[in-house]
Amino acid sequence: MDITFRDVGYTYQKGTPFESKALYDIQLSIKDGSYTAIVGHTGSGKSTILQHLNALRKPTEGSVQIGDRTITPTTDNKNLKGLRKKVGIVFQFPEAQLFEETVGKDIAFGPKNFGVGEAEAEAITKRILPLVGLDETFLDRSPFDLSGGQMRRVAIAGVLALEPEVLVLDEPTAGLDPQGRKDIMDVFYRLHKDQGLTIVLVTHQMDDVADYADHMIVLESGTVKKEGHPREIFQQAEWLESKQLGVPAAVKFANTIQKKFGWEFKQLPLTTDELAKEIAVFMKTHKQKGSKGRAEGDSL
Amino acid sequence: MMEKLIFGRYIPGDSFVHRLDPRTKLLGAISFIVIIFLANNWLTYGVLALFTLLAIYLSGIDRNFFVNGVRPLIWLILFTVVLQVLFTGGETVYVDWGPLVISKEGLINGVYIFVRFILIIFMSTLLTLTTMPLSLTDAIEFLLRPFAAMKMPVHEIALMLSIALRFVPTLMDETEKIMNAQRARGIDFGQGNVFEQMKSIVPLLIPLFVSSFNRAEELATAMEARGYKGGEGRSRYRQLLWTQKDTLVMVSFGLLAVMLYILKA
Amino acid sequence: MDNIITLNNIMFRYLEEEERPALNGISLSIERGEWVAIIGPNGSGKSTLAKTINGLIEPDTGEVTVSGLLLNEENIWDIRAKVGMVFQNPDNQFVGSTVEDDVAFGLENQGIPREEMQRRIRYALDKVQMTDFADREPARLSGGQKQRVAIAGIVALQPEIIILDEATSMLDPKGRNEVLSTVKDVKKRENLSVLSITHDIDEAAAANRVLVIQEGKVVREGTPEEIFSYGEQLIEMGLDLPFPERLKASLKKEGLDVPNEYLTEEGMVDFLWTLHSEM
Repeated sequence: MDITFRDVGYTYQKGTPFESKALYDIQLSIKDGSYTAIVGHTGSGKSTILQHLNALRKPTEGSVQIGDRTITPTTDNKNLKGLRKKVGIVFQFPEAQLFEETVGKDIAFGPKNFGVGEAEAEAITKRILPLVGLDETFLDRSPFDLSGGQMRRVAIAGVLALEPEVLVLDEPTAGLDPQGRKDIMDVFYRLHKDQGLTIVLVTHQMDDVADYADHMIVLESGTVKKEGHPREIFQQAEWLESKQLGVPAAVKFANTIQKKFGWEFKQLPLTTDELAKEIAVFMKTHKQKGSKGRAEGDSL
Repeated sequence: MMEKLIFGRYIPGDSFVHRLDPRTKLLGAISFIVIIFLANNWLTYGVLALFTLLAIYLSGIDRNFFVNGVRPLIWLILFTVVLQVLFTGGETVYVDWGPLVISKEGLINGVYIFVRFILIIFMSTLLTLTTMPLSLTDAIEFLLRPFAAMKMPVHEIALMLSIALRFVPTLMDETEKIMNAQRARGIDFGQGNVFEQMKSIVPLLIPLFVSSFNRAEELATAMEARGYKGGEGRSRYRQLLWTQKDTLVMVSFGLLAVMLYILKA
Repeated sequence: MDNIITLNNIMFRYLEEEERPALNGISLSIERGEWVAIIGPNGSGKSTLAKTINGLIEPDTGEVTVSGLLLNEENIWDIRAKVGMVFQNPDNQFVGSTVEDDVAFGLENQGIPREEMQRRIRYALDKVQMTDFADREPARLSGGQKQRVAIAGIVALQPEIIILDEATSMLDPKGRNEVLSTVKDVKKRENLSVLSITHDIDEAAAANRVLVIQEGKVVREGTPEEIFSYGEQLIEMGLDLPFPERLKASLKKEGLDVPNEYLTEEGMVDFLWTLHSEM
């Protein structure tokens, strides 16, 4: 399912003295099956955009097309529920949304709201639980007795249980330890690879963008500054650094050695593995030319 | 929903009203509410309305804020006004439906009630728009001070109030976040019959309680770590400063009361 | 040796019936002026440890000494005045309704006279570069700014040690940098000791010494370089892999010989340079 923003503007508290504009003329598209990363500082409009992805907010200008539905400022608030099943959102610190007595009930809460029967909701719950790395012994436990990382997984399972076509993640690993971060990011990547789930990731971690995303949107003060493949956007390392957004560690390092050694990589390595490959290639080709180079008085 | 709430907000500024001592503003607002009950004819209501407009003018705040402040309460006001109109008997009767009567006196009374509501809301909105919540707490603490002798925990009450006020925006944000999360999981807030609406509030209230308790616990730990051990031996950073302006304003409230006493029927 | 903090064989259980104690016989000492980082996976007892230092938690057995004072009922408030703590959630430690009121809170608790408070608040806000925000409300600050206000609140109290309890974990990278550089700056100027509990590699790298805690015990101890050289095992210790370690692992996969000891990024550049010239 594609999501397309056309000239979207959004003003908070429109028509009151506290009116403030959060989005200006946003054009962007999230293609079916893509892994899109949205980056930008706090206050850049990320969370406002996110709430447009399943019509939790309606644009005050322009339109948002979600699959075959078009949301405009005048769209009726009713009948939007179907969209919310297709686009699942995992909000920041999603464990804050847990409320049921047991893990099982909390995960089944979403599906039941969308009219799924008791038995099927239970079946979905049992199917989802291992995806987030929990087993069936958790079903009857209270979510409030779990560790922070486990609560996070239950909350994510509660959104996955909607069986959405698009999964939106707002800094899903914030506050977790490195092991927990890695585990959770792996879960999403598997869903993307194995089940073709479209993923929209809002993040500050440029390394995560490099490792997973195939599409990237950079926001600043409510406007889209860049949109494209991470490889194109990370080429502009200086621009990103000047905006204090940073670049992946591998890109930064690659730029340093390219400058220092006078190398030029065939393509900018985004991940550490890509960087190591490029370095190995350079080392080997240099070795072949090495003796010739030295004979000619290599200036390096 | 909550975004539209204007009552209770503070708008920074440097006007005559902003610079008044919070005690003056609080006492002024309270005495205004008492004085308004003296009014019982067009002249007295006119004087009060002029006084209110002057106060609003002196605050330099856009009058839209005041009109917007009334909006959330308008149905409550109209309801009360209609009751007043229908249940006030009188000599010049226009409509007579048994116990329900619309009379000239009733209509006039309705208008008076309406004006009274509007003026009280304008004045209290003026108080909160021009006074930082914290300063208001200081004023309350000061005014309650005589009760400390009667073993009333004045310091604790004031601290509780100021912490409560400080957490209002935090909890509002939290409420909105949880509402969004549950809406994304298929809950429609404010739709369906009463029973369904009651049910939909549970997934909002439980997380809010849980997070509030967590916050309270963390805040208590942080306060303790920063050496908080009750009101004893504490010094005060904030000081209230009473100036001539404040005396002037209090005197004008006194004059207003005297004027109304003379002009009322 | 002048120790600012000494913990001697601390045992602590949250509930008596708990099988595994949260702190299981921890002993450690921190020298005056030292910066010690404590790392460990979630649930390893790091935060519990921090809370025993200023008596927020009373250990079942063992002794805590802060700046020469053995922690007990009588001197707990004196010790709290020497130990400043910054907690994880910036929202839940902001007591005042404005920035200056929040900084004032700790001073008010100490009964500091008003003129002195004004002087110290001005000074502290200047040190964390929040002077322009003195009359702002917390709702209008970023997470990093809120944590800087918390640090100002501590600086104003003129403590001897500052404890960061995962103080940067809820912040974005910008906020994290702000807070870390503020701590570095304040430590130097005020001659403080720092104890930071963290998952953040940059924060750990800023320390003189790193302690690794697992299941309520100190399992490893060393300079950041020594600890970082554990490579992949760092993740189990609750720390991200430093970039040079990740690169070394990837280079190894490509069949290149890499040294075992920890290299900084510059060290890595030099190593590659040598390798490349030797070939």
